[in-house]
Amino acid sequence: MSLRLAVLGAGAVGGSVLDLAGDYGHDVVAFADSSSSAVDPAGLDPSAVHDRKERDGVVGEAAPEAVFDADYDVLVEATPTTLGDAEPGFSHVERALADDRHVVLANKGPVAERYADLRALEAESEGTVQFEAAVGGAIPVLSTISDLGAPHVTAARGVLNGTANFILSRMAAEGLDYEHVLAEAQDLGVAEADPTFDVDGIDAALKFVILANVLSDGETEYALDDAEVEGIRNVPGTALDLAAEDGRTVRLIGEATADGVRVAPRLIPQGSALSVTGTQNIVQLETKHAGQLNISGRGAGGPETATAVLSDVSRLE
Amino acid sequence: MSAQDLDGGSDAETDGSGEMPKPHTIRLELVDEPGQLLAALKPISDNGGNLLSIFHERGSLTPRGHIPVEVDLECPPDRFERIVEALREAGVNVIRAGAEHFGEEVMVILVGDIVDSDLSDTLHRIESSADATLQDLSLSAREGTDEASSARLRLAVRSGRVDETLSVVRDLAAEKGLHVVEPLAEGSQ
Ligand SMILES: NC(=O)c1ccc[n+]([C@@H]2O[C@H](COP(=O)([O-])OP(=O)(O)OC[C@H]3O[C@@H](n4cnc5c(N)ncnc54)[C@H](OP(=O)(O)O)[C@@H]3O)[C@@H](O)[C@H]2O)c1
Repeated sequence: MSLRLAVLGAGAVGGSVLDLAGDYGHDVVAFADSSSSAVDPAGLDPSAVHDRKERDGVVGEAAPEAVFDADYDVLVEATPTTLGDAEPGFSHVERALADDRHVVLANKGPVAERYADLRALEAESEGTVQFEAAVGGAIPVLSTISDLGAPHVTAARGVLNGTANFILSRMAAEGLDYEHVLAEAQDLGVAEADPTFDVDGIDAALKFVILANVLSDGETEYALDDAEVEGIRNVPGTALDLAAEDGRTVRLIGEATADGVRVAPRLIPQGSALSVTGTQNIVQLETKHAGQLNISGRGAGGPETATAVLSDVSRLE
Repeated sequence: MSAQDLDGGSDAETDGSGEMPKPHTIRLELVDEPGQLLAALKPISDNGGNLLSIFHERGSLTPRGHIPVEVDLECPPDRFERIVEALREAGVNVIRAGAEHFGEEVMVILVGDIVDSDLSDTLHRIESSADATLQDLSLSAREGTDEASSARLRLAVRSGRVDETLSVVRDLAAEKGLHVVEPLAEGSQ
């Protein structure tokens, strides 16, 4: 069945959803950035919209809110992740659910910071909320948990920030210091100009908070404030040297367990499943009856994240 | 994990160092009567043992209605059997006795001004308050850079007390302005 998508956010993720929706048999009928929107009930032409954005810095003539008046089945929320009240993403979701539409989020804010509010709105709506893309990009973490059943998964841990992992694994492999590798990562586009969210562990913590919310299955609500978070700025090359001498290495590891959420640089054996290199991500699920499951892959990027968004959309059919 | 390594290590040490005192844990069952504990401890000191700590879980009773007590002591290797014997001769019920209690190994890395923060004080306090034994220590500093230096500590910890040890290390590090890179215990295979 072909579904009509309304996409909020015209960045790496929203733009890729626009490009790839056709490949999944869906149409993007509305598309917005921060100041404008384009609406076409027959489906938007991706290249025309991209050209317009590139040329004029807008995607169309209408105001962003016009998206909500379009005839759509699923709202794709891909605006920037914000902390605290998770706005404007949260209000976007609220609006769509009030109109009994489905919502698929790439934005981590509403699921990490206002999980109970979100679930309460969902309960009153005909629409549902899905957010596979918010945790680990293309890696099917949440759908795996849903297949297993949250009560059968006792913990999730792993590496869910490619930028921090790139920096640590390069420091370890090349014997370079943090500042040097950070600058290199920025040149390569792996780290942003302001890398705070990534290197201070906040991005990873948001993902593990989301995992904790999913695993706790409504019993306890977690938000970023409940997480114990330490980034990688205090891991010098000397620590990596000492770890390597002993067959170990250091990775920014997140954990969502019965004890709560924690993100910190941790010593792990070299060559172990969690010691992924570069921007690779990995999640390890601890199951009650079936031991550990490891899933790894690309945790970020436009097409990768859009793939997770469109898998969520396909689950609605 | 390294019960085996550790045993290997301590055997080698014993061979080389003859009379070096070794830590031991003894589990006793005492009858709930005044003076029992003191009576139980006397054979230890009488036979060259040095009491390190006594752990007595208040309120908990064994199935037979006795009070379980865990005693940590240090003695030269050749004295240990004699101490256990003396306890039994004195009518004390010795449930378990052995040197195997430092059953786990923990690796941590401390980062910061290692030397200025008085490393030997740090190590000493970890050993005394966490009941851990330092197995080895490595330092790393990069000359001519402003990168922080690091110290790698390998600690032998008694079974089941890894979390406690890590929390002692964390608190000490916080007090001294150091950062700790902790090991990930589970799921790291
Ligand atoms: N990139 C990834 O790999 C990845 C992976 C997983 C999850 N995510 C999440 O997905 C979301 C989007 O990420 P991204 O990388 O695509 O971000 P991005 O490239 O920074 O794009 C954000 C887009 O949101 C638009 N926007 C901002 N406020 C808006 C509003 N009020 N209404 C409508 N549009 C608004 C921006 O408009 P302008 O163009 O006008 O500025 C921009 O087009 C974020 O929440 C991110 O955390 C990203």
